[in-house]
Amino acid sequence: MIMHIFRVFPQMEQVIVAMQDPDLGIKMKNQRLLITVIPHAMTGNDIVEWLMKKYSIMEEEALHVGDLLVRHGYIYPLKEPRNLVLRPDESPYRFQTPYFWSSQQWPASELDYAIYLTKKNIRKQGQLIDYEKENYNLLHKRINHTWDFVVMQAKEQLRASKQRRKADRIVLECQEQAYWLINRPPVECLTPRLSQRDRGKQSNTKCEHSSRMSLMHSDWSLAVTFPSSFIKYSEQYFSHDPMMHGCPPSNPWITDDITHWALNTNTVSTPTKLRVERWSFRFMELLSDPLGRLKFMEYLEKEFSAENLCFWEACEDIRHGENSRIPQKVQEVYKQFLAPGASKWVNVDSKTMEKTLEGLRRPNRFVMDDAQMHIYFLMKKDSYPRYLKSDLYKNLLVKAIAPQETKRSVFPFMRRHRHSSPNPALVAQALEEDGKAKRLGSPRITSPATSP
Amino acid sequence: MCDQTFLAITFGPCDNCSETKPLMNIYVKNEPINYCSLCVERMACQGLGPNETLATLKTESETLKTKLEEERAKLHDAELHQVAEKVEALGQFIIKTRRTLKGHGNKVLCMDWCKDKRRIVSSSQVRPFRWRRHEHAVTMPCTWVMACAYAPSGCAVACGGLDNKCSVYPLSLDKNENLAAKKKSVAMHTNYLSACSFTNSDMQILTSSGDGTCALWDVESGQLLQSFHGHSADVLCLDLAPSETGNTFVSGGCDKKANVWDMRSGQCIQSFESHESDINSVRYYPSGDAFASGSDDATCRLFDLRADREVSVYSKDSIIFGVSSVDFSLSGRLLFGGYNDYTINVWDVLKGTRVSILFGHENRVSTLRVSPDGTAFCSGSWDHTLRIWA
Repeated sequence: MIMHIFRVFPQMEQVIVAMQDPDLGIKMKNQRLLITVIPHAMTGNDIVEWLMKKYSIMEEEALHVGDLLVRHGYIYPLKEPRNLVLRPDESPYRFQTPYFWSSQQWPASELDYAIYLTKKNIRKQGQLIDYEKENYNLLHKRINHTWDFVVMQAKEQLRASKQRRKADRIVLECQEQAYWLINRPPVECLTPRLSQRDRGKQSNTKCEHSSRMSLMHSDWSLAVTFPSSFIKYSEQYFSHDPMMHGCPPSNPWITDDITHWALNTNTVSTPTKLRVERWSFRFMELLSDPLGRLKFMEYLEKEFSAENLCFWEACEDIRHGENSRIPQKVQEVYKQFLAPGASKWVNVDSKTMEKTLEGLRRPNRFVMDDAQMHIYFLMKKDSYPRYLKSDLYKNLLVKAIAPQETKRSVFPFMRRHRHSSPNPALVAQALEEDGKAKRLGSPRITSPATSP
Repeated sequence: MCDQTFLAITFGPCDNCSETKPLMNIYVKNEPINYCSLCVERMACQGLGPNETLATLKTESETLKTKLEEERAKLHDAELHQVAEKVEALGQFIIKTRRTLKGHGNKVLCMDWCKDKRRIVSSSQVRPFRWRRHEHAVTMPCTWVMACAYAPSGCAVACGGLDNKCSVYPLSLDKNENLAAKKKSVAMHTNYLSACSFTNSDMQILTSSGDGTCALWDVESGQLLQSFHGHSADVLCLDLAPSETGNTFVSGGCDKKANVWDMRSGQCIQSFESHESDINSVRYYPSGDAFASGSDDATCRLFDLRADREVSVYSKDSIIFGVSSVDFSLSGRLLFGGYNDYTINVWDVLKGTRVSILFGHENRVSTLRVSPDGTAFCSGSWDHTLRIWA
């Protein structure tokens, strides 16, 4: 499904062609292999150096890219041909002929493979390796009806190759061997294989239709300062990003010290300075932090406008809650917040109220959206800025913890014990039981079924 | 200098047109036949209307595309990288593997963080695991579990794949309990499930599928709440917007398009088509004003939602392999991309340059997610391991 090896081949081939450019490519020479001289070969070193120069990359990356080219069969090693790996030394390598490039998608049929193995078997009696022997026997059984043809083809090809120069013959053998190593690897190795599946191609008519739709439906509203908004955001959050700035006292993943997490739980009594600062960045930051929301609620209670936040939370519950409970929840919200004389009446403008009442006749999860938006922006424009200027918030900032960034532990080899975090399911259950117990007015009883 | 072709290719009379040409050995209904390349192309072109050739359709759609680009370019403002020149450059980055999680017997396909910032759920070719420094395995009756997600409460996980379904498993405290018994089937598609995500609560799931649609489901009843049609091929990924209204999400598919959807109406409100191949991963910028995408064309791109255009391309000549997954650091300054050539590239979002390349995995990186508090990111790979980097 997601094996789009095909897409990669043109790019890899571009690299390969560039490498073979007569002027700017790799300088090739004859390489000695035992007693034979192989023409048009290069060393692993040559490949790495060329890649480093051409793409201005470091040796590690050049080695990685070159290795991939070898694994995909574009370059093959002459020494140890079965080991498809790029070695950054004097080991000789050659370019595979385009005929054998994986992108050509020859089906690499059983017949072809059988002919290849038979040739090898005839040439070097009994020199087939184990997995090749296995495959040979398998094929002999499977396509036995064509075996005469196979043997005949093999003999013909061997005869034709005998009439070539020795160097050419060796080259041909190497090319073929490399090709079959890619297409019939010995084990389920990590070399990517050709996928026989072809994804359905997008029809051109559909493409044209959607282009027309885009032209018609696009919204051309412009934010003039759009590049600078990204810069501003990144700058604002710079010191809050542990990857950019570190995190006080230390990143638990690096030092195994979980103080950072302990200081930032939702139930901590004194939040950290960074955390409190973040609440001032945007209203959504304050609301999405459970502790921030709690502190904000305390402030609103003092201002006698807590019902706004309660209403917003109730609307969220409708939007994201179970489908089956929507009608019931909508009725409750109406009674509590919107009905005339409601205990926690919220101030929604008349137009929105009218629209909401209309929608109440057929309650769905979006029926409170307009009212919720109205109250949200009310809080954002009014209560939120005043909260940030309030004594309550300023006190939080003053009292906030600002842990020092610790240097690496003095005893770097001392391993701290790693403890598991509390299971959220366990925490949730404990909270539920606490709630139950409180309602029943009795001390918490742990039932045997849930004791750990 | 490249080698000549020494081998005798099949050269002879074409089975179709009888002309003597180099032949392609192809299989039609499991029968091997020898057609010349012209006849093969003709065969592939069946399916056009009268007076229509692939060429005419192509030119028409190209003209439309250029018109679209012209309109968009008229609203073009200063390029992001030019404006970002005044921004301080990033220093040397030291990101290393801090944990390696082994235990999957197979290729890791997907992972997700729990809101507690310390747990993850991951899925593989055989079955999904939940790690708690590490425990729990659930066996699913299908072989490729391609999507998994942690519920916001931390009390359940959702996963699915080739079984065309998305199922929710409540997480229990008893390690010995068979989780598969409590499973709840929620989503039903007509093709494989490629991605899933809980919305702001445990009660709703958003899914994307190989059948070309996305859908919103009610977990309790399994009812389909909304479906999203508009992609012309498999949808491979999705991400929910972190905006104030919380009503939109973006999806990417094999039709090279990234679409932004309104969850209320089911309408596609914006569409971006500048990638040259399948989009494997989409992720919103932390502010919700933009999103990044990673594709098989070996590039990552940043799309600005307010300006309705692509603002940045993250690519390099030496990067040839496709991107499988992307995610932002907490401040949005860094973009992490997991690639099919086993590496992870770290990009400076503002300047468009590559900051770092990370080696370590021994097979393609299939999934990558930054932790909720930004202290680390986790990558999963076909080499059967997950790595936590910080």
